[in-house]
Amino acid sequence: MNTVELLKKGARDLAWFVKGVMGDDAYDKYKAHHESRHPSAGADAPPVMTEREFWRDQTDRQDTNPQGRCC
Amino acid sequence: MGTMPRTPHDSTEGAEALDRDPALLAVALDQTTHDAEEAHWTPAKIALWGGISLLGGLSWVMLAVVRGETVNAIWFVFAAVCTYLIGYRFYSNYIQKHLLRPDDRRATPAEYKADGKDYAATDRRVLFGHHFAAIAGAGPLVGPVLAAQMGYLPGTIWIIFGVVLAGAVQDYLVLFFSMRRGGRSLGQMARDELGKVGGTAALIATLAIMVIIVAILALVVVNALAASPWGVFSVSMTIPIALFMGCYLRFFRPGKVSEISIIGFVLLLAAIIGGGMISNTEWGAAFFHVDPVPLAIGIIVYGFVAAILPVWLLLAPRDYLSTFMKIGTIGMLALAIIIVRPEISVPAFSEFTANGGPVVSGSLFPFLFVTIACGALSGFHALIASGTTPKLIEKERQTRFIGYGGMLMESFVAIMALVAALSIDRGIYFAMNSSPALTGGTVEGAVAFVNSLGLTGVNLTPEVLTQTAKDVGEASIVSRTGGAPTLSVGLANIMQQVVGGSGMMAFWYHFAIMFEALFILTAVDAGTRVARFMLQDSLGNFFPKFKNTSWRAGAWLTTGIMVAAWGAVLIMGVTDPLGGINTLFPLFGIANQLLAAIALAVCMAIVAKRGMFKYLWIVALPLAFAAVVTISASFLKIFSTIPAVGYFAQNRAFSEALAAGETSFGTAKTVEAMEAVVRNTMVQGILSILFVVLAIIVMVTAIQATWRSWKSRDFGTNEDPAVPSQMFAPSGFLPTPAEKELGARWDARARLEKSGRSKR
Repeated sequence: MNTVELLKKGARDLAWFVKGVMGDDAYDKYKAHHESRHPSAGADAPPVMTEREFWRDQTDRQDTNPQGRCC
Repeated sequence: MGTMPRTPHDSTEGAEALDRDPALLAVALDQTTHDAEEAHWTPAKIALWGGISLLGGLSWVMLAVVRGETVNAIWFVFAAVCTYLIGYRFYSNYIQKHLLRPDDRRATPAEYKADGKDYAATDRRVLFGHHFAAIAGAGPLVGPVLAAQMGYLPGTIWIIFGVVLAGAVQDYLVLFFSMRRGGRSLGQMARDELGKVGGTAALIATLAIMVIIVAILALVVVNALAASPWGVFSVSMTIPIALFMGCYLRFFRPGKVSEISIIGFVLLLAAIIGGGMISNTEWGAAFFHVDPVPLAIGIIVYGFVAAILPVWLLLAPRDYLSTFMKIGTIGMLALAIIIVRPEISVPAFSEFTANGGPVVSGSLFPFLFVTIACGALSGFHALIASGTTPKLIEKERQTRFIGYGGMLMESFVAIMALVAALSIDRGIYFAMNSSPALTGGTVEGAVAFVNSLGLTGVNLTPEVLTQTAKDVGEASIVSRTGGAPTLSVGLANIMQQVVGGSGMMAFWYHFAIMFEALFILTAVDAGTRVARFMLQDSLGNFFPKFKNTSWRAGAWLTTGIMVAAWGAVLIMGVTDPLGGINTLFPLFGIANQLLAAIALAVCMAIVAKRGMFKYLWIVALPLAFAAVVTISASFLKIFSTIPAVGYFAQNRAFSEALAAGETSFGTAKTVEAMEAVVRNTMVQGILSILFVVLAIIVMVTAIQATWRSWKSRDFGTNEDPAVPSQMFAPSGFLPTPAEKELGARWDARARLEKSGRSKR
């Protein structure tokens, strides 16, 4: 790997880390989970939330289940 | 793996449930494989650990033995990092191997309760960042600054060894036990393990401690922002910025968290720069100049509103901003300290080690250990380690990296804060941190007071104070107590040597104030909200209606009660004629350490229930230390006859003076001020009694539970039943060779399945 490639990989890894810590990937994780549980999109499978629905649901859940932040 | 027990010494009982078809890929490495890897000392490994040990040893010699005229800050960094590495590699490994015995064949809650939302397996390095952002805040930045009064060595030793033997152990154990219980909270674990009395005492203590912690954090913000137009402007701008971010995420681009955080960060920088311009205009300086009491009222109103508004509007975006700033700024500061390597001229032990001084009253023991709580041992972490993190962890063995490792990281933050505080001139340090009651709040008064302390090598001049104030863009730096302004001066001094030069000093000062205020306000919002739900839950046992958290009136009422509770303590601190922070901060530390004692007591009962009496000392040692420190500190605060130390002694002195018809006493110059002291000391004294009594109840019930397990040898468990795991992930930051090999096989299989699917 040359320097440019190494730098590119470093930047990609950093972006992956920052996005993970900030929680950008929450919807992707939810969707992956949903698909693994209900692989066939049959009529009996519960509907998957759209991205917008998911994020609303997420903050609404935080409303009643707040996370502590330390001093 | 197959039908093999985890190690040859383990019983095979219950292991069948975790048996895995040998034809399938293994989900865990055998303990014997881990042991073999550890026992395999290659020359390179020996050289590495030898080098770490030598460098660590040399650093401690430089700090503790050589103690030259000045000490370079780099020795603090090396001493800390090398000790952490050794503690992590050897001590936490010992705890893992003998006490906790994680079993990666068991699924974690993130796997067996997976819902893609609250329970979701998260990469260990990402979760480390999450967990660190949740535990680290203003606490480790403030305590060490105040403890710098005693010289550099006591604080350094306590932060570094305290974390290795106590703080990180607590975090690790609580995280592990909560994970084994499906992510149950500390309060629930206390009830399960200690019964009704111990559980209830733990719950009330937790609630009371949260109130105190929120109040004193808010006091730090008030002290940092009062009479500082620049600070008031830039920090209050965080509210519209957070509202904007919230709306952006809700309506415009949902889920683009990093994107909006970067936008928010840029706006934040603009707010800091704008604050400088506005504080230079006449109207701006007048409009944003807010006195402590109105500022405190503003924060109380803000706390109430923030806690009842929907999370998406204010709390969540502020939290994103705070996380972003936290990781960025702390990384930046570490880098700057390594580049600048400031020389430190503070003595190893100061003149105030034995009997206390103007910043912290009382002797080194026990008050050093309650002044520095976060960074060495912080009970509050037990609430985080038994909250979100255990629901996200992928594999059991990762608890060591995240729980123990995460706390080491926070300890390093505390060391950096200590270095920043030590790097400023001692005269300035005492002028900033002595209460206005001592300095009169004026430059002349501060100079006279500091020079009267008789500190070796300190000769403060009025010019130094006015010039420093001018450099950081403030009207005055005299008696800016609370730790945050001192840290900001130290940080600005270090940062300007890397970026911007002395012209940037004011920017860096307000940048530091901003990021501390941001952490604290986030903790205030979240703390109020968490406390409200705890109160609603408890009240719900008597009035079932309160259990319904969407009942508006109930939510408003319980929020109001919690805000009134911490607001009252905050107002008391702000108006305290004795200075506020120096009378209340011990209460903060004691409260935090008592919570640690409660958490460790619960852990001890659990360890006993697992029948591991041989390794009980791992918990009993830090528990005994925390108990001795907090109980003796509480007793001194309650029974000491020295007015500066004992709340009731102070109360008696002022009451008697009032009864004798005096109109001024000590630092209280009016009858009203004297009456305020009588009132405040009474409240503080009663709070001390409440905390210590509750904590003693919890510890006694924990000792009883431990004794019962010892006598009956009846080792039931409150753990969730073991469920076999179906996934593999490495345990530490870097995978070991064996983990890499197994991981590669899992990756290959995943690729195969993927290509198989796409062909179909």
